[in-house]
Amino acid sequence: MKRKLEISELIFKIISYTLLTMFALCCLYPFIYAISGAISGRHAVDYSEIVLFPKDIQFEAFSRMFNDNMFWNAYTNTLFLTVYGTVWALGVSILGAYALSKKRLLFRRFFNFFLVFTMWFSAGIVPQYLNYLDTQEVFNAMGITDDKWLVVIAMGMAAMNIILLRNAFEGVPSDIEEAAIVDGATEFQVLSKVYIPMSKSTIATVALFFAISRWNGYFWARQMISNSNEHPLQVFIRLKLEEYTDPEAMAGWNEIYSSDSIIYALIVCSIVPILIIYPFIQKYFAKGVNVGGVKE
Amino acid sequence: MKKTLAGDFLVYDKSSKTYRADPEQLVRDDVEKHYWRNVLRTMAKDWRLYLMLVPMILVFLFWRYFPMYELLRCFKVADEVKPVSEQFFSGFSYFKRLLVSGDGLSTEFWRALRNTFLLSFYGLVFGFPVPVILALFFNEIKSDILRSAYQVLTYLPKFISTVVMTSLVTMLVKQGSLTSNMGILSQVLYSMGLIGHEVAYAGLLNNPDFFRAIYQISGIWETAGYDSIVFFAAIIAISPTSYEAAQIDGANKMAQMKYVVLPSILSTLVIMLITRIGSLLQVGYEKVLLLYNTNTYVTADVVSTFAQRYGLGSSSAQGLASAAEMMSNVISMLLVIGANTISRKASDVSLY
Repeated sequence: MKRKLEISELIFKIISYTLLTMFALCCLYPFIYAISGAISGRHAVDYSEIVLFPKDIQFEAFSRMFNDNMFWNAYTNTLFLTVYGTVWALGVSILGAYALSKKRLLFRRFFNFFLVFTMWFSAGIVPQYLNYLDTQEVFNAMGITDDKWLVVIAMGMAAMNIILLRNAFEGVPSDIEEAAIVDGATEFQVLSKVYIPMSKSTIATVALFFAISRWNGYFWARQMISNSNEHPLQVFIRLKLEEYTDPEAMAGWNEIYSSDSIIYALIVCSIVPILIIYPFIQKYFAKGVNVGGVKE
Repeated sequence: MKKTLAGDFLVYDKSSKTYRADPEQLVRDDVEKHYWRNVLRTMAKDWRLYLMLVPMILVFLFWRYFPMYELLRCFKVADEVKPVSEQFFSGFSYFKRLLVSGDGLSTEFWRALRNTFLLSFYGLVFGFPVPVILALFFNEIKSDILRSAYQVLTYLPKFISTVVMTSLVTMLVKQGSLTSNMGILSQVLYSMGLIGHEVAYAGLLNNPDFFRAIYQISGIWETAGYDSIVFFAAIIAISPTSYEAAQIDGANKMAQMKYVVLPSILSTLVIMLITRIGSLLQVGYEKVLLLYNTNTYVTADVVSTFAQRYGLGSSSAQGLASAAEMMSNVISMLLVIGANTISRKASDVSLY
């Protein structure tokens, strides 16, 4: 009996390790392939002689990218959107979530419903687009002609994130707050000195969610930002992809690297900063699901 | 003194042997009469708290609720100059046109609705089990370092933006041409004999038969690792003594799975499944938009991309496009609310 038991365990263990290794490699492979593709020679890329490692190494594709002002422009724009967008969204969310977490708030149920309803029902793309056009008009009339501010202020707010914060704030013991109030703290001081420090990890998770959705934002940025100098990185990558994968447009291509290498180089450039910060934020990212999955 | 008619509002005063108005009722009356004044007073006393709420309310009002007003277009005659409020009512003509007219547009709408449903349905059938299985596998690895390594690798694709992910997919299955070979993945599939040379050479993304498979596989690649976190958390919470007890009773691996692991993660499974069913009509339109092209509309076009194609292109079709998306959004909302109600009944866990 003991022997048979070990065999079934062993078989399952072997299957686990094999399949997990395969899946993990599948997750990693496209990135390695992209790096190899970016620095391999033209013939190697065009006639798919690369499987894993680069061949006839060149860095021309990268240097072409780095010498492109538009590329740096796009990068700066994405940083702008990510930083300001996260700060704005997080600020509004923290204030709102704090108020909603208070039992003494009048019409609390109504405000909660006001929020949650936006998770159930969305007006759809066309009404949103018309609404953003109106907003753009209003912003222009106010003298804000940079469409990036429209993207920062009008987009990316998420009811789910506010609810995550609200739940975290509700979990803060009220004794500490009462002690602070006895010591003469105002509402804002209670928030900044008690609640925010005590829910640091949820705030970090929510900030990460906002930052990622800003960094990755594509559709609305492409629709609303007309000036190509203001395009964020994702839009820039997409436009380049559309340009360089058109076989007819690329017929006259004569560089020592393949036109595909440009795409791979771009992909690598957009992933590298994420890979650098990934180990530091991964734990908050993983925490986020457990917090967000099931509540109340 | 306030006059009262019903005896309920009077109390008998023993000292003076007369009836007088119930003081509590007077307070209640007073509260009722001055309800809004009291509300305002409370708010004014606590003004800091209500001030904090203002930015959030404004943001949601301006950019979540005002668009809903634009939905009135669904019932109005299209007009390029007038705002919605001044357009003439056209009743349900757009809805009729989309649902029952049977012309080209109507067929296209039904196709989009069907594709939307099928894309999420296949996502549920093929995508849902993978994270659960991954979580079971993670549990088999006893070394923390090795397990973290596996987890970090499998979460990685979730960090990549939709644009980059679809760019990678496009490059992996791209079409061949005179000067360059087809994508590496197409070549692998071709050399394994799974697809013909013609098909691979023309580019898999140009072939409607492959769109769903590409969409699902890239979706699993992207999210399976990350989605496994919640199941893994449920599995790791199982006490080791449960396994030991099962082992002593002679349970082999399959029996342990069935009698120890499954019951422990069942509630998580059910909740996640209900959530997925609730979002059956919500398809990531950005990904579809980035992967589809005119050749693959047959299987790839979803309601959102349909609305986007018609509504953002010309202003005369805005009402029609909004009508299309509104129908799917209303069904979607009912599904979400239904799922949430079932989840609350089944497990005392409300998702919102």
